[in-house]
Amino acid sequence: MLTVEGIHKSFDDFKAVKGANLTVEQGELVAVIGPNGAGKTTLFNLITGQLRPDRGRVVFHDDDISQLPPYQICRRGIARSFQIANIFPRLTVFRNVQVSVLSQQGKSWMLFRPAQKLAVDETNSILESVGLLDKAGNAAGALAHGDQRALEIAIALGNEPELLILDEPTAGMSAEETTATMELIRRLADSRGLTILFCEHDMEVVFSVAQSIMVMHQGLTIIQGRPDEVRNSREVQECYLGGAEPC
Amino acid sequence: MKNGSNLKLFLLPAVLFVILLFLPAFIPRFYVYILAVIFVTALLAMSLNMVVGHGGLFQFHHGVFYGVGAYAFALMITKAGLPMWFCFIVSPLIAAIVGLLIGWFCVRLTSLYFGMLQISLGSLIWAIAFRWYSLTSGDDGIHGIPVPDFISSTSSAYYFILIFFILCLICMYLIYRSPFGSTLEAIRDNPERCQAVGINVRLHQLMGIVIATFFAGVAGVLFVVLEGSVFPDMLFWVFSLEIFIMCLLGGWFSFAGPILGAAIIVSLRTFVGAYTEYWTLILGIILILLIFFLPEGVWGYILDKFGSRAKGTVEGGSK
Repeated sequence: MLTVEGIHKSFDDFKAVKGANLTVEQGELVAVIGPNGAGKTTLFNLITGQLRPDRGRVVFHDDDISQLPPYQICRRGIARSFQIANIFPRLTVFRNVQVSVLSQQGKSWMLFRPAQKLAVDETNSILESVGLLDKAGNAAGALAHGDQRALEIAIALGNEPELLILDEPTAGMSAEETTATMELIRRLADSRGLTILFCEHDMEVVFSVAQSIMVMHQGLTIIQGRPDEVRNSREVQECYLGGAEPC
Repeated sequence: MKNGSNLKLFLLPAVLFVILLFLPAFIPRFYVYILAVIFVTALLAMSLNMVVGHGGLFQFHHGVFYGVGAYAFALMITKAGLPMWFCFIVSPLIAAIVGLLIGWFCVRLTSLYFGMLQISLGSLIWAIAFRWYSLTSGDDGIHGIPVPDFISSTSSAYYFILIFFILCLICMYLIYRSPFGSTLEAIRDNPERCQAVGINVRLHQLMGIVIATFFAGVAGVLFVVLEGSVFPDMLFWVFSLEIFIMCLLGGWFSFAGPILGAAIIVSLRTFVGAYTEYWTLILGIILILLIFFLPEGVWGYILDKFGSRAKGTVEGGSK
């Protein structure tokens, strides 16, 4: 479904990503792991078009999407959440999600119909699935951190993506919140038939949830494989896990 | 509860409209004229606020489109002798086309750079109006532009302007509540995120500019109807700044704020300006106080204090 082939990106002299490869199959839950600064977020920005790669290709459904602007990539069926809650703080929770639903339905250009009455059911059903329906009328900026992260995912769901990319969905969360969020992600993947690509710090979480894991270190892909393959890989243990047995 | 708030929403403007309808019978002609000036200026400020308050764009040289609308109207009537109704429709379109051209370059830049480029490009248009003497009479402007008899008196011009002012306000209100307006506000809050949900941010902003400049063009035409003249100062950047201040003063996150801002500035200019040419000094002091005490503007403050707004939101301000 999605293939990243030998992608490179440098900022001035710093080579953030220097040869990353990734394969995501339909219906999979794929995790990218790696220490801080390994280039995970850069890789995601390259896939979703926030950044353009210097070299390499991003292929989605047989098309090279690496030179497209973000909004076109989104329209092809890739939606994403951001590591730092990237919401519309002055708008209500409802309108945060409605913006992406309207965009998905191609209604963003309607000039004289009241927005209030459009896409209400779709928006509410998404809010319900992430547990924010009772807070629909609140200003998004006033939500608690955990709720903002859930809203972040809800906005991405508004685009009815085939592939959902989550950049550290549990960043800054407590252990219980992390469990709840991963539960939510797994449920979404099942109920909506989503393919999900995410990156994550918590090893336990990654190895328990992901069906395929890609390990990045200093901008390079070290390995991609099933959790047990990755766990037993000597290279991964040397480079990333410091020789210690994970979990 | 919803019906109650809806009723309240329509009641106040309706009462205001009735008052404005009968007012010219009771007040001196001069005040009728001032009210008409306020409507024209308020329409201009409202059009600016579509892109500034709701769109988050630094539209620093909005006066240009007002001036282009007015000049287009004046020139088509005096030089080309075209029928008034034709000019009335085409002039705002010309303003919108100029808005499209300037905006097409500007949306490639962000924040202050957007504003700076717009001042530069707008000043080019001002220079044309100022220097092309044979066409625009330069600094002198064009005077005695003939308008049809039925709007030549002050009170008939007043009604003419009032009707178009209200029509434009209704259009703007619909746009403001539409998916387009909603998306524009989302872009203001977070353009990066909008890109990521599949919105073509630049195109949306450009469309916003075109709509706003169209209404600025309407305001320009109404100005000519009222004054019968045009002059290059309408396109000068200092005037654009004044419109910007109206939005800030009235409250740029509320729908009706700029109307109040325009009313305050026009009144100050008229009544304080009659006593001293240093009326801008008073404006300056008001602005300083505003920044410290009413960052949401006067109307924003009123809504905050007396309005039954949804808790925790500043959106949804209405007239």
